[in-house]
Amino acid sequence: MTPPVTRFTAPGLAAAYLCTAVALTAQAGPARGRGAPPVASARASAPSDLTGYWVAVISQDWRWRMVTPPRGDYASVPITLEAKKMGDAWDPAKDEAAGEACRAYGAPGLMALPTRLHITWQDDETLRMDADAGTQTRLFRFAAARVTRRGALSWQGESVAEWTRPRPAPGTTPKGGSLKVVTTNLRPGYLRRNGVPYGADAVLTEHWDLFTDPSGDQWIGITRIMEDPKFLREPWVTVLNFKKEHDGAKWEPTPCT
Amino acid sequence: MHLRTTPMAARRLRTTSMAMLAVWVLLAPSSADAQFDLTGKWASRSGQDAQERGPGPDPVDYMGLPLNDEGRARALSYDYSLMSLPEGQCGYHTPFYIVLGPFGLHIWNEFDPVTGRLLAWKIGGWVDRDVTTIWMDGRPHPSPNAPHTYAGFTTGRWEGDTLVTTTTHMKATTIRRNGAPVSDRATMTMYFVRHGELLTVRAVMDDPVYFSEPLVRARAWALDTRGTLNLGNGVVSPCEPIAELPRADAVGVVPHYLPGQNPFVKELAERYSLPAEAVLGGGDTLYPEFRKRLLDYKPPMACKRYCGCEGLGVPCISDGSGVPK
Repeated sequence: MTPPVTRFTAPGLAAAYLCTAVALTAQAGPARGRGAPPVASARASAPSDLTGYWVAVISQDWRWRMVTPPRGDYASVPITLEAKKMGDAWDPAKDEAAGEACRAYGAPGLMALPTRLHITWQDDETLRMDADAGTQTRLFRFAAARVTRRGALSWQGESVAEWTRPRPAPGTTPKGGSLKVVTTNLRPGYLRRNGVPYGADAVLTEHWDLFTDPSGDQWIGITRIMEDPKFLREPWVTVLNFKKEHDGAKWEPTPCT
Repeated sequence: MHLRTTPMAARRLRTTSMAMLAVWVLLAPSSADAQFDLTGKWASRSGQDAQERGPGPDPVDYMGLPLNDEGRARALSYDYSLMSLPEGQCGYHTPFYIVLGPFGLHIWNEFDPVTGRLLAWKIGGWVDRDVTTIWMDGRPHPSPNAPHTYAGFTTGRWEGDTLVTTTTHMKATTIRRNGAPVSDRATMTMYFVRHGELLTVRAVMDDPVYFSEPLVRARAWALDTRGTLNLGNGVVSPCEPIAELPRADAVGVVPHYLPGQNPFVKELAERYSLPAEAVLGGGDTLYPEFRKRLLDYKPPMACKRYCGCEGLGVPCISDGSGVPK
């Protein structure tokens, strides 16, 4: 008896093998080891372009950001009793006399102030952010993860940067991604102008996202997590928004006040 | 070209092909599939806007709102007694309240029972906000003349690792709990981004009637794997309107202030030593250059209310004295 014959179409089988191979290859991720292409610089591999002029849009916490709130106003900040003691003793004249007028312009306070940002690439591995409020500069170093030496404490501290990307769906190129910045080595300063303190052990983690609103305006949204074992009971999470401007026509550097 | 084979080999080939097909179906990209998982319970983690989220904004506090002249006039006509009218007690906020309110989020998804494709994300309601359904199946928005609801009609799409939603057909209501208005012509775009255990939602509310420019607000939540934190019920509570004030029983009375008669218009400005134009809001008040109109500002000597006492060990200032109790 002749066995029954089952028919398979060669193109169908080939397509099935091809789809499977593509899917499994995509799951396996990019090639590694010998023969792999050299790693692109941070600038070349940026998933989004953050350069340009950006302005803070103060649509949240207006009374705590646009003007100096009263002494003792700690609304929204999960401070410790020690922080409250320092905040209650805040004396701006004393700060100025001591050469500490920039205490509210360190990285954790600066980003919430009414300011404009100018973002440029200082080199292929360093993103530079200038702020006209207080005439401050932050440097986001992508190659800094390999550096363990810590410098002196400073208002803007030391910022290690990396691009974070979504896991790509099989067979696709990942779209989007964020800038993650972790800042340490901060000189003690203020979270707000009214003397809400942070200390030298504070760690500021920021996630920078780029989005475009329906009118075509570009925005940077920053989700910030501030941790300070001395002055915060728990991580303080805030979200800030900056809108892109065509040029630097409104750029107006001012000193710390 | 066709291949001839035996039944046993055919079975092997069929099994292999089915396995490959299953792998391909499981791994193939899909436009409606999530780039990250939104499902679960998310605990509020916003260290901003404590007064607005908690006790509520003061009367005539429009700071941070891009109100135009029409919006400001409408806001100043608002009388809090409106909330006592039976027909006003069960009004819900629009989905914009997701980024304004104090509560956590409960998010789940629903699938097409036939195709298994994602149909919608659902964000559970609060006591004063309806469930938000984000349709992900590509359906169009209704006709502009279709009925409007407080929940509105929302569709979503993935742009890279960001869920972008568009909401239309919202009823006219308030954008702030002190009567600052938003019209039924407003549209809202939300951006959902996840960073590890944190979920950030940005909302852009564009109202051609009452705003001079879109209002942008954002807040964050942390994944609550234990599901034990307050979600503001996570469900829409039933609301039963009752007459609360004798005045509200009077026929034909609609609480309001006529132009120029709002008694609170100077209260906040005087309390915080601010110019009146600052508390009345407006697009130009949102940008750094507005500080040039605040040169005479001097902060009050001490905080006297809502100073931040929600944590352990930090005493509340509760009686207006400025002294913690």
